Amino acid sequence: MEILKYILKRILQTIPLLIIVSLISFFIIRLSPVDPLAELRLNPSVSKETLQKETERLGLDKPIIVQYGKWASSFIKGDLGITSNGERVSTKLKERIPNTLLLTVIVIFLSWAVGIPLGILAAVKWKTPLDRFLTVLTSIGMAIPSFFFAVLLLLFAVKTGWFPVGGLTSSNFSNMTFFQKLGDLASHLVLPVTVLFTISLAGLQRQMRANLLDVMDSDYVKFARAKGLSEFQVIFKHALRNAVNPMITLLGFEFAGLLSGAALTEYVFQYPGLGRLILEAVLKSDINLVMASLMMGAIMLILGNLFADILLIITDPRVRGTK
Amino acid sequence: MFKEIFKQLMKDKFSKIALIILGIIYFSLLFADFIAPYNKDFSDRTMAYVPPSKIFTIDDNGKFSKPYTYNYIREFDGENLKITYRLDRSQKHYLKFFAKGQSYKFLGIIPCNLHLVTTDEDGRLYFLGTDINGRDVFSRLLFGGRISMTIGFLALFVLFPIGLLYGGISGYFGGKVDTFMMRFAEAVMSIPSFYLLIILASILPSGMTSIQRFILIVVILALIGWAGFARVVRGMVLSVKNQEFVQAAKGIGASDLRVIVKHILPQTTSFVIVAMTLSVPSYILSESGLSFLGLGIQQPDASWGNMLKEAQEFTNIVSRPWLLTPGFLIFVAVLCFNLIGDTIRDILDPKSKVR
Repeated sequence: MEILKYILKRILQTIPLLIIVSLISFFIIRLSPVDPLAELRLNPSVSKETLQKETERLGLDKPIIVQYGKWASSFIKGDLGITSNGERVSTKLKERIPNTLLLTVIVIFLSWAVGIPLGILAAVKWKTPLDRFLTVLTSIGMAIPSFFFAVLLLLFAVKTGWFPVGGLTSSNFSNMTFFQKLGDLASHLVLPVTVLFTISLAGLQRQMRANLLDVMDSDYVKFARAKGLSEFQVIFKHALRNAVNPMITLLGFEFAGLLSGAALTEYVFQYPGLGRLILEAVLKSDINLVMASLMMGAIMLILGNLFADILLIITDPRVRGTK
Repeated sequence: MFKEIFKQLMKDKFSKIALIILGIIYFSLLFADFIAPYNKDFSDRTMAYVPPSKIFTIDDNGKFSKPYTYNYIREFDGENLKITYRLDRSQKHYLKFFAKGQSYKFLGIIPCNLHLVTTDEDGRLYFLGTDINGRDVFSRLLFGGRISMTIGFLALFVLFPIGLLYGGISGYFGGKVDTFMMRFAEAVMSIPSFYLLIILASILPSGMTSIQRFILIVVILALIGWAGFARVVRGMVLSVKNQEFVQAAKGIGASDLRVIVKHILPQTTSFVIVAMTLSVPSYILSESGLSFLGLGIQQPDASWGNMLKEAQEFTNIVSRPWLLTPGFLIFVAVLCFNLIGDTIRDILDPKSKVR
C-alpha cells in the first residue's frame, strides 16, 4: 500500500513536467521565423479549406498564448494536425514510434544482459590483465562517434553483402511467412543495434564496475568476509544488491541517451524511426511534425524515467524512507 | 593545484600518451597555416576526388633522389562509364621544404607565405587526396580541427557559469525558488538532447557569416548541457550551505550573491574540473554529429563533422576511403580526452576506482 502511494505521487509529478516541456518546445518552435504553413501553401494537392482549417486550428491570427492553448487542447484530444504532405501527423507517428521503441528496447536489453556481468567480472578481477583489457575496450567503445561507426559498418555491409542496407523490411516483406518476416526484421536490425549496443555497453560496464568496487569497500562487505562467507556469497548475496540500485537510476538516463544516439544511427541506416522522422521534419521545417515528434520524444523519455524510478521504489527501501 | 594535477597526469602511462597526442594535435592546429600545403578554400576543380599523392624517393634508374611526386590525370573511361586516375609520369614535381607557397597570415596577424612542405607551382601535393570540389583533405583537416577541437571548450565556458549560478541560487535559497527552478531544469532535461539540438540548429536564420554561425552553435551546445550540471551543483550547495563558514560570511553581512559566488561555489571546484574534462568529448561529438547532418558548421568552412558528410554516399566510402580520415581523428581526440578525464577524476577523488 505504502509503495502504491509513492508510485502514485511520482506519477502525478510528471504532469507539471509535461506542461513545462510542452511550453518550452512550443516557444522554441514559434520563435523561429519560419511560416508554419509555408509548405502547405506551396503544395498544390492541399486544398484551400484544409489550409483555412489549419490556420484556425493553430490560431495563427491570435496572440501566442492563445495559440499555445489551442495547440495544447487539440494535442490532448489526439489531433496533431497534418504534415506538409497533407498526411495526418498521428498516423505518421504511429508508424515510427514502435520502430524506435523496438530498437531501443532491444539495445537496452542486450547491453544490460552483457554489460552487467562484464562489469561484475571486471570488478572481481580488479587490476588484473582481464580488467585492463575490458577497460581499454570500453574506452574505445565510448570514443567512437556513433555516426562514424555506423558509416564503417555500412561499408562493411556493402563490401561483404551479408546484411541488407537501410530500412527495416525488405520490399517483398508482405509476401513472407511469419518466420521469414522475423528473420527479415532481425537481419535489418543487426547493424543499427550493433552501433547503439557498443556505445551503451561501454558506459554501462564502467558504471557497474565502479559501483561494485565502491560497495566492496564498505564495512558490511568486510563484515560478511570476516564471517567467513565464500567470495561468491559475499559478492552475489551482499555486495551486488547495493551495487545494482544506482544502475536502475541510470536506466532512465540510458533511455534518454539512446533516443538521442538513435537519431544519428537511424539517419545513417535509413531506419524508419522517430529520430529520422524529426530530422526530416526539421529539414523541411514541417512545424506540426517537429512539434509532435519533439513532444513524443519527451513523453517517451519521461515515461522511461518514471519506469526506472518505480523500479527503484520497489527495489530500494531507502528511497521510500527519505521522501 | 593545476600544477599538481599535471604532475600526477604525467605519472600515469596512458594519460601521458593522451596528453602528448593532444599536444601534437593542438600544436599542429595552431600552426595549421604553416603546416598545410594549401589554404582552406583553395580548390582545383579539375582535381576532384583525386587519391592521395604518391611520394617517391627512388627514381626510375633505381637511385635515391630528393622526394618527388607526380600529378594525377583525371580521365573519363567511356567504356565502363567510370572516372579513372593515372599518374602523369612526364613531369616530376619535387617536394620543397620551408618553401614559398600560398600566402596567409601567420597566427592571424603576420603576413607570411612559408609552408612546411609544398611543391612547385604546377604540382599538386595531396597527402590525403581531395574532396568533391578538389580541395586538399589534409589541409582542410587541419583547418577543420581548429573548429572541432575548440567548439567543445567554448561551449563549456558558456555553460559552466550558467550552470553554477543557476544551481547555486536554487540550492542556496531553497523553498519555492528551488522547486520552481529545478522543475524547469528537469523539463529541459526531459527533451531528448539531440532532438533539441537539431531543432535549435535548424531555426538559425540562413545567411549568417561563418563567425556568427560558429558563435550561435556554441550557444546552442551550451543550452543543451547546463540543466544536468546545475542539478548536481544544487545538490552540492545544499550540503554545504549550512556549514559554519557560510553562516560566518552571512554574519559579517555579505550579500546573498557574494556568499554564493565567493564562499559556496568554490567548494565545488574539484567537481567542476572533473565534470569539465569529462564533458569535452561529448561536445566534440555533438558538434560533429550536427555538422554531419548539415546543421552545424556549413560549407565552405571546414569541420571534422561536415567533412564526414561526404562519407554518407556509398561510392565515397567504398572507393574513396581517404574521406573517412576526419572520423578517425575525432575518435583519437575523444579517446584522449576520456583517458585524461578519467585520470583527473582519480586524482581529485581518491575514492573513485573507475580505472
